[in-house]
Amino acid sequence: MEMPEGIPEYSKVDKIIESYSCEKSALIAILQEIENLYGYLPAWALRHVSEKLGVSMIQVYGVASFYDAFHLTPRGKHLIRVCLGTACYLRGSARVLEAFEAELGIKDGETTPDLEFSLQSVRCLGACALAPVMVVGERYFDKMTPTKVHSVLKRVQSRNEKD
Amino acid sequence: MKKIRTPQELEALRNSLLQRRDTNKPCVRVCLGTGCRARGSLDVAKAFANEVKRQGLEIQVERKQTGCHGFCERGPVVVIGPKEIFYQRVKQRDVPEIVSKTLLNGEVVDRLLYANPATGQKVLYEYEVPFYKKQTRLVLANNGTIDPTNILDYIAIRGYQALAKAIKTMSCEEIIDTVEKSGLRGLGGGGFPTGRKWRLCREAPGNIKFVIGNGDEGDPGAFSDRSLMEGNPHSILEGMIIGAYAIGANQGYLYVRAEYPLALKHLQIAIDQAREYGFLGKNIFNSGFDFDIRINRGGGAFVCGESSALVASIEGKMGEPRAKYIHTVERGLWNKPTNLNNVKTWANVPFIINNGADWYGKIGTEKSKGTGIFSLVGKVNNTGLVEIPMGTPLRQVIYDIGGGILGGKKFKAVQTGGPSGGCIPEKLLDLPVDFEKLTEAGSMMGSGGMIVMDEDTCMVDVARYFLDLLMWLDISSTSCRMNLVVNVFLAVKELKECLRL
Repeated sequence: MEMPEGIPEYSKVDKIIESYSCEKSALIAILQEIENLYGYLPAWALRHVSEKLGVSMIQVYGVASFYDAFHLTPRGKHLIRVCLGTACYLRGSARVLEAFEAELGIKDGETTPDLEFSLQSVRCLGACALAPVMVVGERYFDKMTPTKVHSVLKRVQSRNEKD
Repeated sequence: MKKIRTPQELEALRNSLLQRRDTNKPCVRVCLGTGCRARGSLDVAKAFANEVKRQGLEIQVERKQTGCHGFCERGPVVVIGPKEIFYQRVKQRDVPEIVSKTLLNGEVVDRLLYANPATGQKVLYEYEVPFYKKQTRLVLANNGTIDPTNILDYIAIRGYQALAKAIKTMSCEEIIDTVEKSGLRGLGGGGFPTGRKWRLCREAPGNIKFVIGNGDEGDPGAFSDRSLMEGNPHSILEGMIIGAYAIGANQGYLYVRAEYPLALKHLQIAIDQAREYGFLGKNIFNSGFDFDIRINRGGGAFVCGESSALVASIEGKMGEPRAKYIHTVERGLWNKPTNLNNVKTWANVPFIINNGADWYGKIGTEKSKGTGIFSLVGKVNNTGLVEIPMGTPLRQVIYDIGGGILGGKKFKAVQTGGPSGGCIPEKLLDLPVDFEKLTEAGSMMGSGGMIVMDEDTCMVDVARYFLDLLMWLDISSTSCRMNLVVNVFLAVKELKECLRL
């Protein structure tokens, strides 16, 4: 698949790799830090990690595509995660997800063209007592309903403008 | 800080902590578990700090930020010591009144008390709230009382004494015998006898061995591991250190979901503090035993809760399970003997060492000993974490502790055991909850999710949901396809069962 390139920043990635003493077994932890830094895993970074750790590109790509925590394309500034775990589903979270899809004009797993929002369904956030629950960044919203969707998006954006 | 090298030094430290503590001093404990945080408990905690300062009460009043109290439905939860007055759904604006009235004058703010929905009667103290009263809290007992980021709080409640006892007065064999005799079983859902697993790992050939704490709680509807890791991380570490000593391992790993940032943070703080006090590191309690623990963050793959997939993930590979005939106790991490237990299982170990196998064996049923921790969620009034002796009837859990079905509706089924578990219908409501009975009923213990469904829940839709969920969870790797086929089969079976309801 075609992967976006981005401008390589080798020294930043080197710093991460070296903080794990170039250990091969730290591949996942290294990729997690790169994902945190860029919001996704740029192709150049994957190639660089492969070379630097002496791990084949097949394995690096395999790991990067296996775990849900990794993404190979850039994602939105705000990551909206809607829980579709059993407890949330029973209390209507699928309708909350649909409301987000309608409001943002994107499907589950997609990012808005202006790179503002990414929408992702997740299977249990471990906050089942708050069902239906969703998270934007690290902020939790409990007892969600489709009618609250619009105001949540407004709140997220207004906080952003204040920042 | 000087490292603790003898049980006497540990006891002396504990005594000095207890002496310094004034048990009559007003103390405000704010729950900062994920549930209460989501409802603004961080703001409530800040408001208490500001108000106490504003009124110049910093010396008279103690403040504590605790882990999850378990009654997430009523968050943010605040408990006022020494009387244990229980306030629920506390908002920032309630704080000045609580400080002036309750903390200073012992007066109760009536509107913040919990009212029993059945009788309308207000309940004053935390231990009298029906949700807590009917529970037997062992592993979760201290979640609401200690500050999980302060090792001294753990030491004050006899923390690390089991470790001192095990290392100083027991042989490795004796420790394993005790755990085996206690009847402790794997609480991640497998239910394998813990002592036997330890013995197999100890007896496996090789000098290098590992222990792993599994905190990759993936089953939808379960969050007890998260709560324990956030609220009492040292209890997990202590269990792991004891286990490592008995098995002969010098390195441990904690594998924790990346979706649990607070658990990751608290565990790391706990590890750093345990190193500082000498409970981790070289020559623990002057015994010549070296042991350390590292944390691995999960990558968001459900399958990594399975032991061989989890091991592959720690090695930096794709988390693909391997054939079951290779046992991790013989060939686990880097092909070395590895003992993997769920974090709740590890947290039970200090209790067993401190109180003895016989004491532990008195809790629970004939084959399922100790307590079970369940995440009671779905269409039930009191959602939250429930710890009960194994063998407690489902009805008691759902009605006496859970307060019955939401909106007075009719109970339809309760789903236990995660996506591969099953739905238990009304006619089995008096089923005692333990490993055997749940399996007999066609469900399983799993990681302790208990998801209640009411008359409005469509069982066909639920079955379709689980089918969909299993496809989604397992589709990520080709070697899991086989599992998927089995799971689809199970789901179809479940669908048939459900239609019969």
